[in-house]
Amino acid sequence: MSGLASRSVDAKRSEDARMESAASQVAALLAIDPVGLVGAVLRGPADPKRDEWLEALRKLLPAGVPWRRVPLGIADGRLLGGLDLAASLSAGRPIAQAGLLAEADGGMIILPMAERVESQLIARIAAVLDSGVLRIAREGISMARATRFGVIALDEGVGDDEQVTEALSDRLAFRIEFDPAALQRAAPVMPTRVEIEAARRRLMQVRIPADLPQAFCAAALALGIPSLRAPVFALRCARAAAALAGRMEVTHEDAALAAQLILAPRARQVPEAPAEEPEQPPEQQQESSNAETQQREEQPSLEDLVLAAAQASLPAGLLAGLGVAARQMARQAAASGRSGMMRRSAQRGRPIGARPAAWRAGLRLALVETLRVAAPWQEYRRREKPHHAALVHIRREDVRIRRYKQNSETTTIFLVDASGSAALHRLAEAKGAVELLLADCYVRRDRVAVIAFRGRGAEVLLEPTHSLVRAKRSLAALPGGGGTPLAAGIVAGYAMAEASRKRGQTPVIVALTDGRANVTRDGLGGRAVAESEALESARLFRASGIAALLIDTAPRPQPFSRDLASAMGARYVPLPFADAARMSATVRQAARAPASGP
Amino acid sequence: MDGAVAGFRPANRSGQEAQLSRRTAQRPSGEKISKAVASPMRPAYPFSAIVGQDEMKRALMIAAVDPSIGGVLVFGDRGTGKSTAVRSLAALLPEMAVVAGCPFACDPAAPLASCSHCSALPKGRKPEKRMVPVPVVDLPLGTTEDRLAGALDIERALAQGVKAFEPGLLAAAHRGFLYIDEVNLLEDHLVDLLLDVAASGENVVEREGISLRHPARFVLIGSGNPEEGELRPQLLDRFGLSVEVSTPKDLASRVEVVCRRDAYDRDAPGFMKQWAKEEARTRETILAGRKRLSSVTLPLGTIEQAATLCMALGTDGLRGELTLVRAARALAALDGDLEVRTVHLRSVAASALRHRLRRNPLDETVATTRVEKALEDVFGA
Repeated sequence: MSGLASRSVDAKRSEDARMESAASQVAALLAIDPVGLVGAVLRGPADPKRDEWLEALRKLLPAGVPWRRVPLGIADGRLLGGLDLAASLSAGRPIAQAGLLAEADGGMIILPMAERVESQLIARIAAVLDSGVLRIAREGISMARATRFGVIALDEGVGDDEQVTEALSDRLAFRIEFDPAALQRAAPVMPTRVEIEAARRRLMQVRIPADLPQAFCAAALALGIPSLRAPVFALRCARAAAALAGRMEVTHEDAALAAQLILAPRARQVPEAPAEEPEQPPEQQQESSNAETQQREEQPSLEDLVLAAAQASLPAGLLAGLGVAARQMARQAAASGRSGMMRRSAQRGRPIGARPAAWRAGLRLALVETLRVAAPWQEYRRREKPHHAALVHIRREDVRIRRYKQNSETTTIFLVDASGSAALHRLAEAKGAVELLLADCYVRRDRVAVIAFRGRGAEVLLEPTHSLVRAKRSLAALPGGGGTPLAAGIVAGYAMAEASRKRGQTPVIVALTDGRANVTRDGLGGRAVAESEALESARLFRASGIAALLIDTAPRPQPFSRDLASAMGARYVPLPFADAARMSATVRQAARAPASGP
Repeated sequence: MDGAVAGFRPANRSGQEAQLSRRTAQRPSGEKISKAVASPMRPAYPFSAIVGQDEMKRALMIAAVDPSIGGVLVFGDRGTGKSTAVRSLAALLPEMAVVAGCPFACDPAAPLASCSHCSALPKGRKPEKRMVPVPVVDLPLGTTEDRLAGALDIERALAQGVKAFEPGLLAAAHRGFLYIDEVNLLEDHLVDLLLDVAASGENVVEREGISLRHPARFVLIGSGNPEEGELRPQLLDRFGLSVEVSTPKDLASRVEVVCRRDAYDRDAPGFMKQWAKEEARTRETILAGRKRLSSVTLPLGTIEQAATLCMALGTDGLRGELTLVRAARALAALDGDLEVRTVHLRSVAASALRHRLRRNPLDETVATTRVEKALEDVFGA
């Protein structure tokens, strides 16, 4: 590392200066190759500076290219295209209307509040980005139309767990941390539209050094970037940078810039220091960055240069952020696609569109949607049944019902360690705390379930129920004693949580254990194996994104319990001296904010 | 906003004589596409130029050789060429013969009795035949069920007073492939419709006074990213083969992916030309495999092995065995073997069985490992 650093001091200084105006660089590069580089994530609060950046980008793009904002809750009909209701009604035949994505062909779409965009919308946009074709089959319209647009995602999330999903950010070349103050410092030197156009004409003629793809790939691997889109983007970025500078060949400078702009923001790990690192005199470095192609063999490898450049601009606190990234992944896995958590409901909650269904009592009719479906048929139906006096002919298959999304009922699953060691310590207190919690659950009309693990395995004492009495009874009867099959307990808790999620409920697991795992999943003894199995199960559990709370009931807080909690993604609460009432208060707090981590 | 936007013509107005008008928009060489072009369409990235991902390519080729396998599910990381592979498959498929003018692309050798067009043709005379590309139909997200199942052609109903059925994507995919990208994000009511049709091979339409059924047998291909959500078990079960793709881990393959991608981006036609020979070879392999398929023998011993394997893994029902054996046979045909052997069984076992294992709730990620372990137990290392 030190070798790399000392060798690239000069390079770094100039890079620092360039990073100051990274945002304006990005705008220029994007304007040169909007198809190849696709777009950027701008992270930061809504700010006039951000609007200025957008305006600057717009000025660099050819005059009059489409520029469309995509509102957060846009309906499919507007996004993809569909039936033009008003025109169809007046014409008496279906008239199609182009969607926003078709309108944006050749230009840019802007996604405000991109951190909150739903995966359904992302998937629709991504399909066009990936294939370059907008495919539609809806409301009587079928077509496939070549469509290309860039995407600017405005990520206004605060905090690490509020970010644009990777499904989108992976497909956009650039990420800019938008710090308005930094922009103020640097006077952005923007190229003119004419310069951009010249660069664009040059773009496809720009040659790349033969070892550049290898250098980008190796650097991406070293930085722990799994997606292959990163080196592809880096290559395109380097080419655009060369074209902008008026070069016909990508130089080391361009490669370094690409590494900074594309690779560094995606880094997931700090690369290990290379084993052998020959000290390079600064002169040689100087020479190499100006070197010609034929000399490439003798230069310090391009690979090192690219890596050093990326490393120089790694986001601060990368390592600290890694845990966050993992949590975010788990959260995304949990939040999207699956049923449960947010439940689709027929009657209550936030409207999320309409769907065809046989109408029955209790469903909400989506009147406008229904009329929209029926509209083009009116003339035909009137002709078919001329004596029918109805003003509007609506048939059963037209009926659309509203769908709603609502926060679902919570199922609190108590995972109680009833082993001998726990019993010794505080099983009685744990029981007391659970009873208090049961009272809370009753007030909130939550469901509760109880799983105990002791001896050779886990046992479901109580399936999810509203019945407080049954829960109390099953707890009171809970005997203590035997080994601690912690892994089996976690698996049983997960299985139940997953089942309740499938039924549309939000599970919260409250595990009470002293962490003294000593029984394996096969029911055999052995502390080492049992602990590693418990950690393994905990890691798999975490991927599910189910909210959990681990209460350490041991007399002194156990390091292993803490590790276990972090492996599970659970909030860790050591309760060496707490009484049942305080325990209850803690759980209540966790249940109220199940998504936030420790 | 009027209907004059380029390419946005709501319905087929080709003025065909036929009572039923076959849509061409989804056909690879459809006339509508060329009319609709705004940005230029690029040729699909060649199948043979995809680096690695052998399991995925093999599964797709197996499905191309024997459509009765029942579809392929491709699940895995972003940016691994899932949809690229499926879209490029279209270019490899040999043309198929259809009855000229038949809206459902009936096979002239065996026109279906349920087809209203072909059953109305004069008996005793061979129907006129036409060669068309095998359809690879995209089912885009946001599709409405009238376009999936088909509906009354309202333009013709209004203009000519004819009650004409306008076939949907299911009809367009008949005898070909139906591809759903991000299959785990597909709307529930479309999944239901799809499951029903995939199971029966027939699409039943009852709307706007139209009452009709038409054949819809297709190879269902789905792709998605497991992070975006799970697949309903009923749908999972419809796929014969399930493959997992991940980004290549070794530097050499990664560099190769990036270089080829770059070459394609810079000069797509040139890249196509460069790979034309390789593509022709792959096409030849598929064609030869198809021809050979019926003559590949399946020894009793191999069937027993397949059954033993499925029992060892505890797969539900018999679909596992059946798919495993069929896939092994298709692979043997592709490899130029005339007998299914253990090696074929082993190669396809993971694809055919990994999605049929009874789930251990926390063990989903290691389904492949379980299949491999069972393979070792049954066949020895």
